Amino acid sequence: MSTESRSTGDQAMQALASLRLTMFLLICLAVVSIIGTIIPQGQLPPEYLASIGGEQGNRFKLYSLLGFFDMYHSWWFVGLLTLLTLNLLACTLKRLPHVWKLATRPEVVLSSALEQAATCRTELAIAADTDQEQLIKSITAIVGRPIITRQENELHLFVQRRPWARLAVYVVHASVILIFIGAIIGNLFGFKGFVAIPEGGTVSSFTDRAGQERKLGFELRCDQFTVSFYGAPGGGPSQMPKEFKSILTLTENGKEVPGYKHARLIVNEPLSYKGITFYQSSYGKTGSHRFMVGTTALTVSSDETAHLPDGSSMHVIEAVQDVSPFRPGKTGAAAQLDIHPANGGAAVTLVSLANHPEENKREAARYGLPVITYLGGSERPYTGLQVNKDPGVWVVWTGCLLMCVGLYAAFFLPHQRFWFRYAHGRLVIAGHTAKGQAGFRTPFDALVERLKTSLNKEETK
Amino acid sequence: MNSAALFNTVTIFYMLSTLAFIGFMASRNNTAGLAGSVLAWVGFAIHTIATGLRWKESYDIGLGHAPLSNLYESVVFFAWSIVLIFGIIDAKYRYRIIGAFVMPFALLAMTWGQLYLPTDINPLMPALQSNWLLYHVLTCFLGYAAFAVACGVSIMYLIRAKVEENSTDSAGGLMSMFPPIKVLDDLNYKAIMIGFPLLTLGIITGAAWANYAWGTYWSWDPKETWSLIVWFIYAAFLHARFTKGWVGKRAAWLSIIGFVATVFCYLGVNLLLSGLHSYGGL
Repeated sequence: MSTESRSTGDQAMQALASLRLTMFLLICLAVVSIIGTIIPQGQLPPEYLASIGGEQGNRFKLYSLLGFFDMYHSWWFVGLLTLLTLNLLACTLKRLPHVWKLATRPEVVLSSALEQAATCRTELAIAADTDQEQLIKSITAIVGRPIITRQENELHLFVQRRPWARLAVYVVHASVILIFIGAIIGNLFGFKGFVAIPEGGTVSSFTDRAGQERKLGFELRCDQFTVSFYGAPGGGPSQMPKEFKSILTLTENGKEVPGYKHARLIVNEPLSYKGITFYQSSYGKTGSHRFMVGTTALTVSSDETAHLPDGSSMHVIEAVQDVSPFRPGKTGAAAQLDIHPANGGAAVTLVSLANHPEENKREAARYGLPVITYLGGSERPYTGLQVNKDPGVWVVWTGCLLMCVGLYAAFFLPHQRFWFRYAHGRLVIAGHTAKGQAGFRTPFDALVERLKTSLNKEETK
Repeated sequence: MNSAALFNTVTIFYMLSTLAFIGFMASRNNTAGLAGSVLAWVGFAIHTIATGLRWKESYDIGLGHAPLSNLYESVVFFAWSIVLIFGIIDAKYRYRIIGAFVMPFALLAMTWGQLYLPTDINPLMPALQSNWLLYHVLTCFLGYAAFAVACGVSIMYLIRAKVEENSTDSAGGLMSMFPPIKVLDDLNYKAIMIGFPLLTLGIITGAAWANYAWGTYWSWDPKETWSLIVWFIYAAFLHARFTKGWVGKRAAWLSIIGFVATVFCYLGVNLLLSGLHSYGGL
């Protein structure tokens, strides 16, 4: 390797390990992250995409090119995170050896340089004939077990507290990387998906986010799905849902799995089996409805938007097989419909009745639509479950725990060092703390005071 | 006595405390400063009782949840946290004048809550029915409050730095009441040292909860992303101390920008953007 290329390498390493780069990356990440909170992310409805088009869709093209619709997974955002990781590693490589030495091989003799740099320093005059062993005993009792060095006529004692706290900041840095690793494991070896199970129905697979059908390895049956509501102040139920509850039964090779028969699944209480976790996430109705539109017969599923012969689109909001409790005087099935007219007019909500053609005709005339007659249908509730497997999640939690412990130690547990130099009836005490210098004087003075008392007591004995 | 009346009393105490601190700044009369602190502490005590009472009232009407579940309750708790963190710093460092720059935040929060927000106790929607609610909101808002205090101290820092630049007589006039510039810098750092781990815990408890409720610990929802933005800014602040060219005024600005981002994360996201965290909206 030539000198020139080595110096380039050194320079690159130097730049990568610089705090200025850290500052730049943190601020940069903060600023660019705003984009994804303003521009909606993920799979977006085509209407929205058209609305941001700009001139000839240029703005849309630019946003797509820059990955703004999935910016947190775009090459440049991931690049910034990667650079932050490299910066972290480089800083650690550069500084850890020095800090490690500081913690594991401390300077045990008080040099004049150390004495000047110390946070606090004081001097005690003690009797010249003081027993050195007695001095060591007192210091051991009050400060801690010292490392003893004898140099010429001087006795040097060194005590340190929490040297490991120096490493706390590296624990925090490692925890960031651990969280990234956990996220990557989850992305590589886990999956997320969704499955809808109608009441009474059984599924053995689900659809993942990429739209792929995946096997569960067991079967899941929905025995029941219910929604309960809070009571209204005046009695009776309110509109405010209290609980979404699925009762599920898990079977494997046709046999019921013990403990998973009629298992309860509600929001905030997921259900796990063989590393796969199910979360209550949505609900709805599934089934089909029969209509007569003009002279055409039409069958529409509960969750589908149907196209009418005249080009309008129609969607069933709600259907009942007996309308009489809701519309006194009326009988038979009824469906509430949401219709987007073919002529581009405003959306219309209307009710179609099986037994009252005159009402249907009136509605049709009112909105300029074909006559729509609901003939009836059948539907049942379904439960929508989020399906999830994430083997990396424990790595993420370990990282989070390390981060909390590390932050606490880094901020609130200082590494403290005490040096004592004794010669000719003079005891020099120097104390140094890695942080909280302003608040160190009081405990230091208290410590010196206790030492004084202890030594005096020995003298008077 | 119901909690609503008590919360109004609290607001009045915070207003009087703020006025006393402003009077203290104008008159340099120590009695005014002491009055400011005492009023803040009494207000805080009533605030604590009122919060407990509201908690009990929610049980009385059969709902039974901590008063941390909607915008009004969070604003009131935010004010409580600010006064708590200010109280700790006041008791520990005895720079009373800081009250003039911090109590207005608490007063503003209480006034907005009492005058403009719906104060009803509502039932919890299924997603909020979890013990994580308590841990998550507690840690987040204590963190936010520490950042509010840091912001107030940073404003003082910038004022004092500006005055010292323009005149050679650094200790004269109003400035003699301000803590020395080094102390302000240190207090700013200390407040963020409290706030940053709390925000970190807040984000982690939020992630743990999201994982429990929805199966995803992180989904780049606007609320999550903004909390991370705030985290990035304060992480930058913590590193600024050791970075050439970033010590002093730039760090103070970072602290102020950090708090602006915090307020946006708290209110802006719920009021202006849409996402999973809609319970905090109006």
